[in-house]
This record gives sequence, C-alpha cells and structure tokens, in this order.
Amino acid sequence: MMNVVNDFMQALLNVDRLLAKKIIDDHVSIMHPIQLIEDIVVVALERIGTGWQDGTYALSQVYMSGRICEEVVDTILPPSDPDRKDQPKMAICVLSDHHKLGKTIVYSLLRASGFELLDFDIVEVNDMVARVKEQKIKILLISVLMLPSALKIKKVKKIFKDEGLDTKIIVGGAPFRFDDQLWQEVGADAMCETASEAVSVVHNLMECVS
Amino acid sequence: MIKNQMTSLQRVMATLGHNEADRVPFFLLATMHGAKELGMSIKEYFSKPENVVEGQLKLRAKYRHDCIYNFYYAPIEIEAWGGEVIYSDDGPPNSGAPFIRSFDDIKKLQAPLIDEVPCLKKVLKSTQILKEKIGDDAPIIGVVMSPFSLPIMQMGFDKYIELMYEAPDLFNILITINEEFCIRWANAQLKAGATAICYFDPVSSTTISTKEMYLKTGFKIAKRTIGRIDGPTATHMASGRCLPIVENLIQTGTAVLGVSWQEDVRQLKTVCQNKISVLGNLNGVEMRRWTPEKAEEEVKKAISKAGSGGGFILSDNHGEIPFQVPDDVLMAISEAVHKWGQYPLHWLSDYRQTR
Ligand code: B12
Repeated sequence: MMNVVNDFMQALLNVDRLLAKKIIDDHVSIMHPIQLIEDIVVVALERIGTGWQDGTYALSQVYMSGRICEEVVDTILPPSDPDRKDQPKMAICVLSDHHKLGKTIVYSLLRASGFELLDFDIVEVNDMVARVKEQKIKILLISVLMLPSALKIKKVKKIFKDEGLDTKIIVGGAPFRFDDQLWQEVGADAMCETASEAVSVVHNLMECVS
Repeated sequence: MIKNQMTSLQRVMATLGHNEADRVPFFLLATMHGAKELGMSIKEYFSKPENVVEGQLKLRAKYRHDCIYNFYYAPIEIEAWGGEVIYSDDGPPNSGAPFIRSFDDIKKLQAPLIDEVPCLKKVLKSTQILKEKIGDDAPIIGVVMSPFSLPIMQMGFDKYIELMYEAPDLFNILITINEEFCIRWANAQLKAGATAICYFDPVSSTTISTKEMYLKTGFKIAKRTIGRIDGPTATHMASGRCLPIVENLIQTGTAVLGVSWQEDVRQLKTVCQNKISVLGNLNGVEMRRWTPEKAEEEVKKAISKAGSGGGFILSDNHGEIPFQVPDDVLMAISEAVHKWGQYPLHWLSDYRQTR
C-alpha cells in the first residue's frame, strides 16, 4: 500500500492527471471506494499538505493535487452516492474577501476525502447567516484572507448565539496563521493551519454534532 | 560625522553599507494610519495625494521613523488596468472580481501607460510633493507589485496556478506585459522623487513556491525586472518565507530583503550578513493585541538577533501595519528602537545571558 500511496503522490505532485486516475482505476476493483479514498487519496493529500507547511512542496502543487483528487473521487464516488459523508450538513464560504483559493483547496480536499458539502462562495455576514438557517447547516467552514474579515466572524458567532443556533464554526486563512489566539477570540470552535487538517477536524466535530 | 546627528537617510545608507549607524533604522510602514491622523475615512484619504503627503508627514513627526512610505494599496495597480477596487472602513482596499476572465483575454491585454492613469498620477504627485518637503532628510519608498505576483489580482489565484501548468505560453505573454508595466511604474516613481522601490514578490516566497519553481520563474523575472529599474530596490516577501532562496534573491541585484516573522531573523541575518540588508520582522497581525511592554520586548528581541554590524532595518514583517494596531503600540515600538537601537549595542551581552 505504501508504494501505491507514493506513486499516487508523485503523480499528483507532477500534476499528472492520467497517471493519478489510472492508479485509482487499477485499485477500484479490489478496494471499496471509501477505503481506497481513506487509505490512498487522503493519506497522499495529507502528506502534500504537511510538505507545503515545511516548504517541501509548493502551494500550486497543493491546489492542483486537490483538484485532481476531487475529479478522480467524483468518478468512483459520485456526489449523490450514499457513502458520501454529508451528515450533519456542512457548508464552506469565504467571508468578504475576493480570495477563493483557500476555500477552493479545502472544498476539493474534503470532497476528495469523501465528504459532501455546500459551497456558499463569497458572502457577507447577514447573507451567510440566512443561508445557514435556510439550509440547516451544522458545520460551517469559513475562509478569510484579511484581518478585518477574520474579525467579522465575531458578529457571525454573536448572531448564532442570539438566535440559538448550535452550528459549529471552523476557520482558516492567513490571519489565523499569524495570530494563534485569533480563532478563539472570534469565537470559532476550531482552526486549521492547512487545508489538509480540515479532514480530521471535521471528523472530530462530526462526532460532537451528531 | 558625529554619529547621533545622522539624518534618517544617512542612517539608512550607513546600514545598507553594512556598518553600524548611530542607531538601528526604523521603517514604520504604516499606510492607513495616515487616515486616522487626518480623521478621515480610508477611501477619502487615498482620494487625494495631498492627504497622503500630510498623513505621512504627520506619522513621521509622531513616530520619528526613518522613511516616508508612499504606498497607497496593492490593488491601485489593478485600478490602473481598469479593474475593480473595493474599499473598506477598517482595512486596506482589496481587488474585486478579476479582470482577466479567460486565458484568451491575455492575448488582448495591454499595459496601461503611467501618465494616462489618474490613480497612478496621484501616487506620482504625492511622491513629488513629499520629495520637495523632505529633500534628503529621509528616503521616500515607492512600491510596485512584481510581474510574477500581480496576476493573482489580475486573474485570481486559482486561475493563475492553472495558467502556469496548462498554458505556459500565455503565462509567458502575461509576464512579459507585466514586466514592462512594472519597470515603467517603478521608474516613474523614481523620476518623481522616490529614493528606492519596494518590489513586493510574495509569490516567489517559499510559502507559495518551491525553490525549484522559483528558479524557473520568479527568480528570472526579478533579475530581468530589477535590472531595468533605475534605482535601488528592496524585495519584500510580504511575510512569506525565503530562507532557502536568500542566495538567489541576492543574485537578483536587490539591496534589501523584507522577511517574515515565521522565520528566525538571526538565521536570516547570518546568511545575509554583508551581502544584503534585512528588513523586518515584527508580526503585524499579532501586533493588534500587543501591550506596550510586549512591543518593547519584541523590538529588543529583533535587535538582539539581527542588529549587530548594521545591515538591519527594524519594521513589521509585511510592509503594512494593519489598521487595527493601536497607536500606543506603534509609539512603544518607536520608543523601544530609539532606546535599545543605539549603537553600539552594549546591552546585548547581558540580555543574551538572561535568555
Ligand atoms: C501572496 C500574498 C499577496 C499577493 C496576492 C494575495 C491574494 N491571494 O490576493 C499580493 C502581493 C497581490 C498581496 C496583496 C495584498 N495583501 Co497579501 N499576502 C500574500 C501572502 C504572502 C499569501 C496569501 C495567499 O494567497 N496564500 C495562499 C492561500 C491559499 O493561503 P491561505 O488563504 O492561507 O489558505 C491556506 C490555509 O490557510 C488553509 N485555509 C484557508 N482558508 C481556510 C478555511 C478553512 C475552514 C480551513 C480548514 C483551512 C483554510 O488552506 C489553504 C491551504 O492550506 C500573505 C501572507 C502569508 N504568509 O500567508 C499576505 C497577506 C494575506 N496579505 C495581506 C494584505 C493586507 C494584503 C493587501 C491588502 C496589502 C495592501 N494594503 O494592499 C493586498 C490586497 C490583495 C488583494 N487581493 O486585494 C495580509 C492580510 C492580513 C491583514 N493584515 O489584514 C497578509 C496575511 C500579510 C500579513 N502578514 O499581514 N498579497
């Protein structure tokens, strides 16, 4: 299995879509899709994410790997597949900033790891809260780039509290990487330094929520 | 020269020559705080060059730092290309939806001519007035986005990465256009009176690119571009990391390197010693909730690690102080540099022993 993970990871790092797809196709007949995702795809993506943090891999490799995995996983586990982990209901958004890369990476990584979630794209506080209520979102992932946008999460938290919503908030983005207390200050339930951390953080929160 | 009578410019020049001046130079790279000084909104402040002039002069009188920072905001370059800028009451203006919407748009792209664009003329105007007022007392720092980093705002980061992998020819076309623009923009600012140009290039940092990628792209671009800028440059990583590529950054011909709080400034200083000056590296985002005591401690720490032998300018690590950072913290930083930055740094040996 280690060799397969290594080969798959190399294919991703080289942005070799065809090889990545072939490796998955070769295993889909002998492994259950969920097991294949967890043992190969998630492991490879996590390693690439850690490698980005220590400077071994480039952000562009993290992004392209996520996109490729998302495509590959969609073929073996379509969006509507009952094996997709879509409960409790989750959504992701960018708060205020015109910077979608962080969000896109997290979204791809979660989908490539077998989760299903809604994408609210770029939203402001009130719009976001309305959609959380309408869609009965239990876990909300928020990505920001600017410090003022991070501080706006305080407002989101306050509205959730005032209206008795128990939606959990996971935050990420540059300001949180530069101030390790900021996530608690804005009232988030968890923070991720990298996109690949999101998979385990979401797993943990899912257990709390369900 | 009597050491404690140095002007800011003399102090900075001595440091860049890798000598100890009278004290460690201090660059307070504050932009929006000028609006606070003038009691106006950020949008109004940046609407007139006279405001920026007054704001910068007031800030320098208050915090006694060693430069004038004629930087408005990064997306002003996007405005120049006809793109959208979104203002905010409590933060820097941001670029809106990208104006390059498909790869094909690159084929039709033309760089704006500097003297035909009102927003850039505004910047040149404040440079001129500042130069008249400041003369040779302090360096005036102008700013450009590197041709390699600008595309994030021109087309969005995700599409830019896809362009690099999927359409390298168009990537090269875009970079060529951006290089011409960047050189023209930098030289116009120098001509208007800027002393040096800060070349913002975080996409080259190892936070975003690997060394291997950098050598093929950002490095070559910087070497070509900086080579054609008619004055000294400082390359700023905008808080991205750069330790593995310092040697290459030096080869681009830049004189100063703006570095991140995420790397050890002692280690950076060691690799840069006598080759390139280090600018940094206080954490601006965290600064928002510092106390004056914490600010003093952080200044001491940075000077103790990088101050010896000159070649070091104290500043934040991003090239812009967030609007939320309180004045008393900025004041404490200034007082600390004036107190602990005096050369020779006699207090260092005792300080190091207690750590
Ligand atoms: C490259 C860069 C630039 C580039 C382009 C940035 C862009 N995307 O638009 C340029 C040079 C143009 C630039 C300009 C500016 N920048 Co800038 N820039 C950076 C830098 C170095 C990297 C940002 C980036 O794009 N990273 C790549 C993305 C993908 O990373 P990410 O968003 O952090 O996401 C990763 C993780 O955080 C995580 N993640 C993200 N979101 C989420 C969400 C969840 C739920 C989870 C689980 C995980 C997660 O997953 C991702 C991958 O692992 C950072 C500093 C740094 N070291 O990070 C400053 C930084 C973002 N910039 C900053 C600022 C202020 C600006 C300007 C406003 C400056 C100005 N006054 O003009 C402009 C505005 C740009 C604009 N778009 O309008 C500040 C923002 C904080 C603040 N002070 O308010 C930063 C943090 C610098 C600093 N230390 O202060 N910048």
